[in-house]
Amino acid sequence: MAKKTLLNAKDIHIILHRLACQLIENHTDFSNTVLIGLQPRGIFLANRLIQILQKNYDISNIKLGQLDITFYRDDFRRREEPLEASDTDIDFIVEDKKVVFIDDVLYSGRSIRAALTAIQSFGRPKSIELLVLIDRRFSRHLPIQPDYKGRQVDVINSEKVIVSWQENDKKDAVYIISDN
Amino acid sequence: MKQLSVAHLLGIKYLTKEDINLIFETANHFKEVINRPIKKVPSLRDITIANLFFENSTRTKLSFELAEKRLSADIINFSASQSSVKKGETLIDTANNILSMKVDIIVMRHPSVGAGAFLSKHIDAKIINAGDGAHEHPTQALLDSYSIKEKLGAVKGKKIVIIGDILHSRVALSNIFALKLQGAEVKVCGPTTLIPKYISSLGVEVETNLKKALEWCDVANVLRVQHERMDIKYFPSIREYTQLFGINKRLLDSLGKEIVIMHPGPINRGVEITSDVADSNQSIILNQVENGVAIRMAVIYLLAQQIKP
Repeated sequence: MAKKTLLNAKDIHIILHRLACQLIENHTDFSNTVLIGLQPRGIFLANRLIQILQKNYDISNIKLGQLDITFYRDDFRRREEPLEASDTDIDFIVEDKKVVFIDDVLYSGRSIRAALTAIQSFGRPKSIELLVLIDRRFSRHLPIQPDYKGRQVDVINSEKVIVSWQENDKKDAVYIISDN
Repeated sequence: MKQLSVAHLLGIKYLTKEDINLIFETANHFKEVINRPIKKVPSLRDITIANLFFENSTRTKLSFELAEKRLSADIINFSASQSSVKKGETLIDTANNILSMKVDIIVMRHPSVGAGAFLSKHIDAKIINAGDGAHEHPTQALLDSYSIKEKLGAVKGKKIVIIGDILHSRVALSNIFALKLQGAEVKVCGPTTLIPKYISSLGVEVETNLKKALEWCDVANVLRVQHERMDIKYFPSIREYTQLFGINKRLLDSLGKEIVIMHPGPINRGVEITSDVADSNQSIILNQVENGVAIRMAVIYLLAQQIKP
């Protein structure tokens, strides 16, 4: 098994600040915008972005929710391993709000498809955008593309992209893991 | 990754502690779902469930039906009072006929003990026991334990007394299995005629004095007096039962501590419990009903997960 570092802590630091600035460009003071981290791994990225927006750009009162999409997946009963759900925590209505989905890696697009269905349980958003740290190009099963992306990568299907976060995995880094 | 250790939910006695924890964790998620503006998830949209009720039921049937609908399953309902059972059809024939319509899960209530277990051996579908005679009613026990956990933080180490007709009660038996499995202390309290002889073999103590039982416990689970299952007189009169085993506000206030009151419903108000107790802050009877839907969603979801498309 080979492990290659795609991004180190410094790269991620720069990318997060850029993504935060791009969000500000489109959403100014976030008064009508809500950020939704997708469970389980999108939560870390969402929390980091919120920290930067609050600390470095003085934007407070940003609404942040976390959405679990397990019950909306299209591969229920079709996987070898059972699915395990995480918590959903959205204590506001998304009706007429600009929603930004936040996830670490965009691969087949199926999770985002599930998230698009799931979010409807909380109202009809005005618009939905997608922010991802890593965009795995040429691997989509569905016509879904990110609006904000940290880094685009070309990796083959047998390779895995792993995002590691300091608060959870002791180190900020993005790795590509391949079998050979 | 986690899965149930069983292929059907026939009774609590077949479950492990891990199974119960998994059902509770899953139910937590569904409880959040059923409190959303839109209370539905599409997980089971290609699953068909038959609700076979060979015995009357309102609450359990509604609760199962709602749980199935919240999971987007297709459902068909059957009740014995308006069916071919009256014309002499056997249980297997009835079930096989329904299965030919491509049903994946059967939820069944039946007056005979072991009807669910019997069906599970002869039929290719997941079986959920919604009550078999005086044997088990597993989803009720699960939602009772879940409600205790929600209210008191844990089931382990808690003292629970089950009051009333233990002899005819599937709720009592399933509750005893579930509570003991999770490490709770259990006593039963009721007229000696309504306490089964073998009860001590389940690790349960008997207390015939209601006041002493209530002073001992953290939670009192009050059962309904099941007139329909009593072919002979087990106690002289309702009035006497109420005086000896009925719970009223005065009795509760005399305890010097606040205990939790539960009841699986339907309540005979003024018989086993007075209205002021049933409707008091100490009562979690309506929480039990809400949790019932979440628990049943969890059970159905976890069993459906094992069905290959």
